[in-house]
Amino acid sequence: MSRKYYDNHLGIKGWAIGGRYSIERYLYTLHRLTGLGILFYFILHIFVTSSRVFGPESWKQAMETVSGPFFRFGEFLVYFAFCFHGFNGIRLILLELGFLVGKPIEPIYPYKTSVGKQRPVMIILMIVAAFFIILGGYDFFLGGE
Amino acid sequence: MKDTKLWSLHLFAGIVILFLLGLHMAIMHLDEIVSLFNPKGEEAISWENVLERMKMIGFVFVYIFLLGFALYHSFYGLNKIIGETNVKEGTRKFWSYVLTIFGFLLFIIGTYAAIAAKVVSAKF
Repeated sequence: MSRKYYDNHLGIKGWAIGGRYSIERYLYTLHRLTGLGILFYFILHIFVTSSRVFGPESWKQAMETVSGPFFRFGEFLVYFAFCFHGFNGIRLILLELGFLVGKPIEPIYPYKTSVGKQRPVMIILMIVAAFFIILGGYDFFLGGE
Repeated sequence: MKDTKLWSLHLFAGIVILFLLGLHMAIMHLDEIVSLFNPKGEEAISWENVLERMKMIGFVFVYIFLLGFALYHSFYGLNKIIGETNVKEGTRKFWSYVLTIFGFLLFIIGTYAAIAAKVVSAKF
Protein backbone atom coordinates (compact mmCIF):
# COMPACT_ATOMS: atom_id res chain seq x y z
CA MET A 1 0.00 0.00 0.00
CA SER A 2 1.45 3.35 -0.99
CA ARG A 3 1.66 6.08 1.62
CA LYS A 4 -0.46 9.12 1.09
CA TYR A 5 0.92 12.53 1.91
CA TYR A 6 -1.20 15.61 2.21
CA ASP A 7 0.06 18.85 0.77
CA ASN A 8 1.69 21.11 3.28
CA HIS A 9 0.45 24.23 1.52
CA LEU A 10 2.48 26.75 3.48
CA GLY A 11 5.68 24.68 3.53
CA ILE A 12 8.58 26.34 5.36
CA LYS A 13 6.65 29.63 5.43
CA GLY A 14 4.21 27.96 7.79
CA TRP A 15 6.89 27.92 10.48
CA ALA A 16 6.46 31.65 10.96
CA ILE A 17 3.20 32.77 9.39
CA GLY A 18 0.06 30.72 9.30
CA GLY A 19 -2.44 32.26 11.66
CA ARG A 20 -2.70 33.20 15.30
CA TYR A 21 0.27 31.29 16.60
CA SER A 22 0.89 30.96 20.33
CA ILE A 23 4.33 31.38 21.86
CA GLU A 24 4.83 27.58 21.80
CA ARG A 25 4.50 27.66 18.02
CA TYR A 26 7.30 30.21 17.76
CA LEU A 27 9.38 28.07 20.12
CA TYR A 28 8.78 25.22 17.66
CA THR A 29 10.13 27.39 14.83
CA LEU A 30 13.12 28.50 16.90
CA HIS A 31 13.72 24.86 17.91
CA ARG A 32 14.07 23.92 14.26
CA LEU A 33 16.21 26.91 13.33
CA THR A 34 18.57 26.31 16.25
CA GLY A 35 18.70 22.60 15.37
CA LEU A 36 19.72 23.39 11.81
CA GLY A 37 22.29 25.94 13.03
CA ILE A 38 23.82 23.44 15.45
CA LEU A 39 23.94 20.78 12.72
CA PHE A 40 25.79 23.12 10.35
CA TYR A 41 28.32 24.00 13.06
CA PHE A 42 28.60 20.36 14.14
CA ILE A 43 29.71 19.18 10.69
CA LEU A 44 32.42 21.85 10.53
CA HIS A 45 33.36 21.11 14.15
CA ILE A 46 34.07 17.44 13.37
CA PHE A 47 36.62 18.43 10.72
CA VAL A 48 38.21 21.31 12.67
CA THR A 49 38.69 19.32 15.89
CA SER A 50 40.05 16.33 13.97
CA SER A 51 43.16 18.44 13.35
CA ARG A 52 44.38 17.50 16.87
CA VAL A 53 45.37 14.12 15.45
CA PHE A 54 48.19 15.83 13.45
CA GLY A 55 49.86 17.38 16.50
CA PRO A 56 50.16 20.74 18.27
CA GLU A 57 51.10 22.83 15.22
CA SER A 58 48.10 21.64 13.25
CA TRP A 59 45.81 22.22 16.24
CA LYS A 60 47.11 25.74 16.89
CA GLN A 61 46.75 26.61 13.21
CA ALA A 62 43.17 25.34 13.15
CA MET A 63 42.33 27.30 16.30
CA GLU A 64 43.92 30.43 14.83
CA THR A 65 41.77 30.07 11.73
CA VAL A 66 38.59 30.04 13.81
CA SER A 67 39.60 32.79 16.24
CA GLY A 68 38.67 36.47 16.18
CA PRO A 69 35.49 38.33 17.15
CA PHE A 70 33.44 37.00 14.23
CA PHE A 71 34.01 33.35 15.13
CA ARG A 72 33.77 34.14 18.85
CA PHE A 73 30.31 35.59 18.34
CA GLY A 74 29.39 32.64 16.11
CA GLU A 75 30.48 30.25 18.84
CA PHE A 76 28.32 32.12 21.33
CA LEU A 77 25.36 31.76 18.97
CA VAL A 78 25.97 28.00 18.92
CA TYR A 79 26.11 27.99 22.73
CA PHE A 80 22.87 30.01 22.79
CA ALA A 81 21.29 27.57 20.33
CA PHE A 82 22.36 24.58 22.43
CA CYS A 83 20.90 26.04 25.66
CA PHE A 84 17.61 26.90 23.99
CA HIS A 85 17.35 23.68 21.96
CA GLY A 86 18.23 21.52 24.98
CA PHE A 87 15.77 23.02 27.45
CA ASN A 88 13.00 23.40 24.89
CA GLY A 89 13.73 19.78 23.96
CA ILE A 90 13.06 18.73 27.58
CA ARG A 91 9.65 20.42 27.30
CA LEU A 92 8.93 18.65 24.01
CA ILE A 93 9.93 15.26 25.42
CA LEU A 94 7.74 15.76 28.51
CA LEU A 95 4.89 16.74 26.22
CA GLU A 96 5.49 13.86 23.83
CA LEU A 97 5.50 11.33 26.67
CA GLY A 98 2.20 12.74 27.96
CA PHE A 99 3.41 14.26 31.24
CA LEU A 100 2.03 17.71 30.40
CA VAL A 101 -1.21 16.61 28.79
CA GLY A 102 -3.28 15.63 31.84
CA LYS A 103 -6.01 13.06 32.21
CA PRO A 104 -9.16 13.20 30.09
CA ILE A 105 -11.98 15.05 31.85
CA GLU A 106 -15.58 15.83 31.05
CA PRO A 107 -15.86 18.95 28.92
CA ILE A 108 -17.69 21.23 31.35
CA TYR A 109 -17.77 24.96 30.71
CA PRO A 110 -15.50 26.87 31.30
CA TYR A 111 -13.33 24.33 29.48
CA LYS A 112 -9.89 23.54 30.78
CA THR A 113 -7.01 22.95 28.39
CA SER A 114 -3.61 21.38 28.93
CA VAL A 115 -2.00 24.74 28.12
CA GLY A 116 -2.52 25.61 31.80
CA LYS A 117 -0.16 22.76 32.66
CA GLN A 118 2.27 23.29 29.82
CA ARG A 119 2.85 27.03 29.97
CA PRO A 120 4.32 27.24 33.51
CA VAL A 121 6.76 24.44 32.61
CA MET A 122 7.68 26.30 29.42
CA ILE A 123 8.31 29.51 31.36
CA ILE A 124 10.46 27.74 33.98
CA LEU A 125 12.54 25.94 31.33
CA MET A 126 13.06 29.14 29.35
CA ILE A 127 14.22 30.92 32.53
CA VAL A 128 16.70 28.10 33.18
CA ALA A 129 17.90 28.31 29.56
CA ALA A 130 18.28 32.10 29.90
CA PHE A 131 20.29 31.61 33.10
CA PHE A 132 22.78 29.33 31.32
CA ILE A 133 22.92 31.68 28.31
CA ILE A 134 23.80 34.62 30.59
CA LEU A 135 26.37 32.45 32.41
CA GLY A 136 27.91 31.49 29.07
CA GLY A 137 27.78 35.10 27.86
CA TYR A 138 29.77 36.12 30.92
CA ASP A 139 32.36 33.41 30.21
CA PHE A 140 32.52 34.24 26.49
CA PHE A 141 32.79 38.01 26.65
CA LEU A 142 33.78 39.04 30.18
CA GLY A 143 35.57 36.07 31.73
CA GLY A 144 39.30 36.35 32.25
CA GLU A 145 39.36 40.12 31.87
CA MET B 1 6.32 0.41 14.02
CA LYS B 2 9.70 1.15 12.50
CA ASP B 3 8.91 4.88 12.54
CA THR B 4 7.89 4.67 16.21
CA LYS B 5 11.17 3.00 17.12
CA LEU B 6 13.22 5.56 15.15
CA TRP B 7 11.27 8.42 16.77
CA SER B 8 11.79 6.93 20.25
CA LEU B 9 15.51 6.63 19.53
CA HIS B 10 15.48 10.29 18.42
CA LEU B 11 14.04 11.28 21.82
CA PHE B 12 16.45 9.03 23.72
CA ALA B 13 19.38 10.46 21.72
CA GLY B 14 18.20 13.96 22.65
CA ILE B 15 18.41 13.13 26.37
CA VAL B 16 21.87 11.57 26.00
CA ILE B 17 23.09 14.61 24.03
CA LEU B 18 21.73 16.96 26.68
CA PHE B 19 24.06 15.39 29.26
CA LEU B 20 27.12 14.73 27.08
CA LEU B 21 26.98 17.98 25.12
CA GLY B 22 26.15 19.78 28.37
CA LEU B 23 29.41 18.38 29.79
CA HIS B 24 31.28 19.37 26.61
CA MET B 25 29.84 22.90 26.72
CA ALA B 26 30.70 23.25 30.43
CA ILE B 27 34.29 22.15 29.73
CA MET B 28 34.79 24.33 26.68
CA HIS B 29 32.61 27.37 27.27
CA LEU B 30 32.18 27.71 31.03
CA ASP B 31 35.89 27.13 31.72
CA GLU B 32 36.26 30.49 33.48
CA ILE B 33 33.48 29.54 35.90
CA VAL B 34 33.69 25.77 36.48
CA SER B 35 37.12 24.80 35.02
CA LEU B 36 36.31 21.13 34.42
CA PHE B 37 38.95 18.83 32.87
CA ASN B 38 41.32 21.72 32.23
CA PRO B 39 44.21 20.64 34.46
CA LYS B 40 46.73 23.05 32.94
CA GLY B 41 44.61 26.01 33.98
CA GLU B 42 44.86 27.84 30.68
CA GLU B 43 42.15 28.21 28.04
CA ALA B 44 40.10 25.06 27.46
CA ILE B 45 41.22 24.98 23.81
CA SER B 46 44.94 25.32 24.57
CA TRP B 47 46.99 22.39 23.23
CA GLU B 48 48.13 21.49 26.77
CA ASN B 49 44.56 20.99 27.99
CA VAL B 50 43.48 19.30 24.77
CA LEU B 51 46.39 16.87 25.13
CA GLU B 52 45.43 16.05 28.73
CA ARG B 53 41.90 15.22 27.62
CA MET B 54 43.18 13.23 24.63
CA LYS B 55 45.08 11.01 27.09
CA MET B 56 41.93 10.16 29.07
CA ILE B 57 40.28 6.97 27.75
CA GLY B 58 36.91 8.13 29.12
CA PHE B 59 36.89 11.03 26.68
CA VAL B 60 37.34 8.68 23.73
CA PHE B 61 34.08 6.97 24.73
CA VAL B 62 32.33 10.26 25.51
CA TYR B 63 33.28 11.67 22.09
CA ILE B 64 32.23 8.55 20.20
CA PHE B 65 28.89 8.25 22.03
CA LEU B 66 28.22 11.97 21.65
CA LEU B 67 29.15 11.84 17.97
CA GLY B 68 26.91 8.86 17.27
CA PHE B 69 23.87 10.12 19.15
CA ALA B 70 24.27 13.69 17.89
CA LEU B 71 24.61 12.60 14.26
CA TYR B 72 21.56 10.37 14.54
CA HIS B 73 19.48 13.03 16.33
CA SER B 74 20.42 15.83 13.93
CA PHE B 75 20.14 13.94 10.65
CA TYR B 76 16.89 12.28 11.71
CA GLY B 77 15.57 15.77 12.57
CA LEU B 78 16.71 17.17 9.22
CA ASN B 79 15.10 14.25 7.43
CA LYS B 80 11.82 14.99 9.22
CA ILE B 81 12.03 18.66 8.24
CA ILE B 82 12.56 17.69 4.58
CA GLY B 83 9.61 15.31 4.94
CA GLU B 84 7.38 18.19 5.99
CA THR B 85 8.10 20.29 2.93
CA ASN B 86 6.27 19.89 -0.33
CA VAL B 87 8.80 17.61 -2.03
CA LYS B 88 7.81 14.45 -3.87
CA GLU B 89 8.05 10.97 -2.37
CA GLY B 90 11.06 10.09 -4.56
CA THR B 91 12.91 13.22 -3.46
CA ARG B 92 12.15 12.42 0.18
CA LYS B 93 13.65 8.95 -0.20
CA PHE B 94 16.66 10.32 -2.06
CA TRP B 95 17.47 12.76 0.76
CA SER B 96 16.85 10.08 3.34
CA TYR B 97 19.55 7.89 1.73
CA VAL B 98 21.95 10.82 1.24
CA LEU B 99 21.63 11.88 4.89
CA THR B 100 22.09 8.31 6.13
CA ILE B 101 25.26 7.81 4.06
CA PHE B 102 26.64 11.27 4.96
CA GLY B 103 25.90 10.60 8.65
CA PHE B 104 27.78 7.29 8.57
CA LEU B 105 30.75 8.92 6.81
CA LEU B 106 30.94 11.65 9.46
CA PHE B 107 30.68 9.02 12.19
CA ILE B 108 33.63 7.11 10.71
CA ILE B 109 35.75 10.29 10.41
CA GLY B 110 34.91 11.46 13.94
CA THR B 111 35.43 8.03 15.50
CA TYR B 112 38.77 7.65 13.74
CA ALA B 113 39.83 11.09 15.03
CA ALA B 114 38.79 10.27 18.61
CA ILE B 115 40.73 6.96 18.63
CA ALA B 116 43.73 8.28 16.70
CA ALA B 117 43.96 11.27 19.08
CA LYS B 118 44.27 8.87 22.02
CA VAL B 119 47.03 6.92 20.23
CA VAL B 120 48.87 10.08 19.13
CA SER B 121 48.69 11.62 22.64
CA ALA B 122 51.20 9.01 23.89
CA LYS B 123 53.90 10.65 21.72
CA PHE B 124 53.67 14.03 23.47
